[in-house]
Amino acid sequence: MSKLLVNEKEIVVPGETLATGMDNLPGNGTYRDGENIIASRLGLVQLEGRAIKLIPLAGRYIPKTGDTIICKVIDVSINGWRLDTNSPYSAMMSLKDATFDFIARGADLTQYYDLGDYAVGKIINVTSQKLVDVTMKGPGLRKLKGGRVVEVASNKVPRIIGKAGSMVSMIKDATGCNITVGQNGLVWIEGTPENEFLAIQTIRKIENESHLSGLTDKIKAYLEKAKKK
Amino acid sequence: MYSELRNHIIKLFESNVRLDGRKLTEYRKPVTVEYGVTNTAEGSARVKIGNTEVIAGVKIEINKPFPDTPAEGGLVVGAELLPLSNPDFELGPPGIEAIELARTVDRGIRESKCVDFKKLCIEEGEKAWFLIIDIVTINDAGNLSDASSLAALAALKDARFPKLEGEKLNYKEKTDKRLDIKNSPIAVTVIKIGEKFIVDPDTDEEKAIDARLMVSSIEDGTLCAMQKGGNYPLTAEDIIKMVDIGIEKGKELRKAL
Repeated sequence: MSKLLVNEKEIVVPGETLATGMDNLPGNGTYRDGENIIASRLGLVQLEGRAIKLIPLAGRYIPKTGDTIICKVIDVSINGWRLDTNSPYSAMMSLKDATFDFIARGADLTQYYDLGDYAVGKIINVTSQKLVDVTMKGPGLRKLKGGRVVEVASNKVPRIIGKAGSMVSMIKDATGCNITVGQNGLVWIEGTPENEFLAIQTIRKIENESHLSGLTDKIKAYLEKAKKK
Repeated sequence: MYSELRNHIIKLFESNVRLDGRKLTEYRKPVTVEYGVTNTAEGSARVKIGNTEVIAGVKIEINKPFPDTPAEGGLVVGAELLPLSNPDFELGPPGIEAIELARTVDRGIRESKCVDFKKLCIEEGEKAWFLIIDIVTINDAGNLSDASSLAALAALKDARFPKLEGEKLNYKEKTDKRLDIKNSPIAVTVIKIGEKFIVDPDTDEEKAIDARLMVSSIEDGTLCAMQKGGNYPLTAEDIIKMVDIGIEKGKELRKAL
């Protein structure tokens, strides 16, 4: 006899039983223990057909295949680069994934990516042991030159991007800045000093008020007010 | 390693703006000093500059004076950079940054002569009061040096002597006797990045510094200590400008005491 024990959008804590029986499937942030589906994180319940998912309220970014992230080079080795992904797991970018350029044998790899460089990459694979592979080949993937990187809570990233990128394009239009939001909670911003600062303040505001409804209108009004000054 | 960041900062400086929107020689707000934050120390203070937070405590002990100064008390400053305050800090014996921090704070207090160590002597060559200042970083969001020196001074001002019962000290009871602090040495670290000078760097700016000069001064603008750091040299004109900024900003910072 299967039974769902929680409602949509209910806050659950780790260890809480969400459902019994085999009719439901464990999604993100949950796991199956015998007959039960149990929460492994603090978050809001989201029901998607038979699957039970959790939207975490807080926590570090965990690499996921297909995510576009902003990463920092932390090591240059003979067969590629090791990247910090702003998560507990570092990523590896191999030579073949790094650039379309021809890399001669024994070339100095720091001319492509040096320590401390930031880049937009895409996660191509995450193993069960959380070994992460990142590629630079794809649309929009590149080394970041100039600008600066700010950190936001990774679970607020969907709010900063907005529905189909509406929020971030609104900030881009209002400030004239180039903005790239990585799924891992790093945001790269480049523009004139004042606009750059305004973009960061706007992002911080979104982060702080992400739980409120009508956020897009609020941010729109905020940006308009700030532009008038 | 941080050349991109440095170039970006220099680009911003051309229009006199910093990463967080401040002017070049502007401290983060608010700068707050809170006295008496621990019971176990004879004097303590918590200083916050923006998100940077430092606690300093003073213990007052009786020790044998150092052989070279038999008629004077002593001052020992220690700094601990806790790993919880910055992910780059490691546990273990104090590293070069912690030692530099402790020594610059020590130098500021010692050379400003704000405490008369001769008065701390109880019995020449045998007994004297020793001031032990411990600095603990709670959060490092940049500019630990200015926060630490301000906290150390505030803790000294807060300190009260423990009760002396015969030979023994009773730390449970504090007397009303305070240290005689004659002046207040304030350290201001002036940073050079590119051709510009700034004060109160945040974590990102600290990564991109060319040179830094810690300038300690007292109320009337008298210099009492300096410390140069960073990989680039400074010209004589640079130093004169930095000292001027340091003294001026020191006056502003002193108001927080």
